[in-house]
Amino acid sequence: MRLVLGFLFALLLTACAGPQVRGTGDLGLVIERASGHVTLVDTTSRQPYARIGGLGDLSHASAVYSRDGRYAFVFGRDGGLTKIDMLEARIVKRVIQSGNAIGGSISQDGKIVVVQNYTPGGIKAFDAATLELLSEVPAEYAPGKFSKVVGLADTAGNRFAYALFEGGEIRVTDFSNPKQPTTQRFPAGSQPYDGLVTPDGRYFLAGLFGEDGIAMLDLWQPEKGARKILEKYGRGEEKLPVFKMPHLRGWSVAQGKAYLPAIGRHEVLVVDVATWKEVGRIPVRGQPVFVMARPDGRQVWVNFAFPDNGKMDVIDTLAGKVVHAFEPGKGILHMEFTPRGENVWLSARDDNKVLIYDTATFIRVGEIAADNPSGIFFTTRAARIGF
Amino acid sequence: MAAEPDAGRQKELVRLVRQDCGSCHGMTLQGGLGPALLPASLHDKPAESLVATIYYGRPGTPMPPWQQFMSEAEAGWIVQKLMSGFPQ
Repeated sequence: MRLVLGFLFALLLTACAGPQVRGTGDLGLVIERASGHVTLVDTTSRQPYARIGGLGDLSHASAVYSRDGRYAFVFGRDGGLTKIDMLEARIVKRVIQSGNAIGGSISQDGKIVVVQNYTPGGIKAFDAATLELLSEVPAEYAPGKFSKVVGLADTAGNRFAYALFEGGEIRVTDFSNPKQPTTQRFPAGSQPYDGLVTPDGRYFLAGLFGEDGIAMLDLWQPEKGARKILEKYGRGEEKLPVFKMPHLRGWSVAQGKAYLPAIGRHEVLVVDVATWKEVGRIPVRGQPVFVMARPDGRQVWVNFAFPDNGKMDVIDTLAGKVVHAFEPGKGILHMEFTPRGENVWLSARDDNKVLIYDTATFIRVGEIAADNPSGIFFTTRAARIGF
Repeated sequence: MAAEPDAGRQKELVRLVRQDCGSCHGMTLQGGLGPALLPASLHDKPAESLVATIYYGRPGTPMPPWQQFMSEAEAGWIVQKLMSGFPQ
């Protein structure tokens, strides 16, 4: 019913269209993974205002925003790159750029969109205005051998950092000259599965699957090479089977500490970001997938891999422990905080709903219907490094 | 292959494969961090070894064992379906 009302509202908006003056700071989109749709949402009214189809295979899809928050770039699993106008609620342009993609990023100046691909492994740069291909950098790590690319993140100076799953390296590609990029390579460790850049853009971290540890590159001093932190954090303990790879992007830093998903353990690792040493572990009720801080850093919300993907744990960073544990719905795949964190939106895939919670009271304040929702992306990402 | 799971269980297994195996192999099973699971990519592999891969996992790779969520016979049914074209 609410969805219907939302559509009527959108219809009304378009009907009395003319130039409807509006900002985009409280808008966002929800990926509906199974049906190739995105639902556009308004975080002030907590309602959808449009739904757009024809985006292909959106399993594991993600989105970034133009610096003015008007356009979303949606990266689909099938290699589709779709540019959406958030105000006119329509597809501006769509290209199929590879056979199998896993995400993308936008440059510091907002002019280049870079996509990371599994097949053929590598990255490709596109003009953000036209989606014209500018250049590509194959992830060839040995003669004739190409790697899947993971963890692509934007950093200062139109440089992008990423890691090679099979290649075991971190790379930094500089697109200052977008048609002639240059790439630096750094040995990182066994099977990096995802990466992130710190909110200040200084450090790139790649989580390693093939060994216990995280590879870290100081982007201010890349000549020093990648080093390992949190080495052997699970030494002597049997690792649990991992039913879903954790995601590092959207990571958490609060009060000088980083909160990271432990791989193969029911724990969140706490790391001092001044020394990059482990300072604690917080037990949680499953294997963490997303460990995300509320924008003020007071809370860290955690969702879990199958079969615990109906649960959510909330860590209070002052208390250093879980203060709220609940089961909001079935198949909680992703979460996104409103710009200043008073609400969090959770996608409950198997309930076909997006659930909206007040983060102070943990009371549900709304929900919207969505077909197998997965990623939720708000326009505030436009102004954040690494999002 | 052993007896087929009943209709309700088949539905659960299909959803498990598409949604949860899909987080690495892709919802359309065309591959992701894990390899593609389409008939064309599996046809030259012995069914028993595929069943063992699902049931026991593959050490040294991210593939976990799924034995706490299904029987070996159910893993066999999944392999049979994967090799002949997996239901939606």
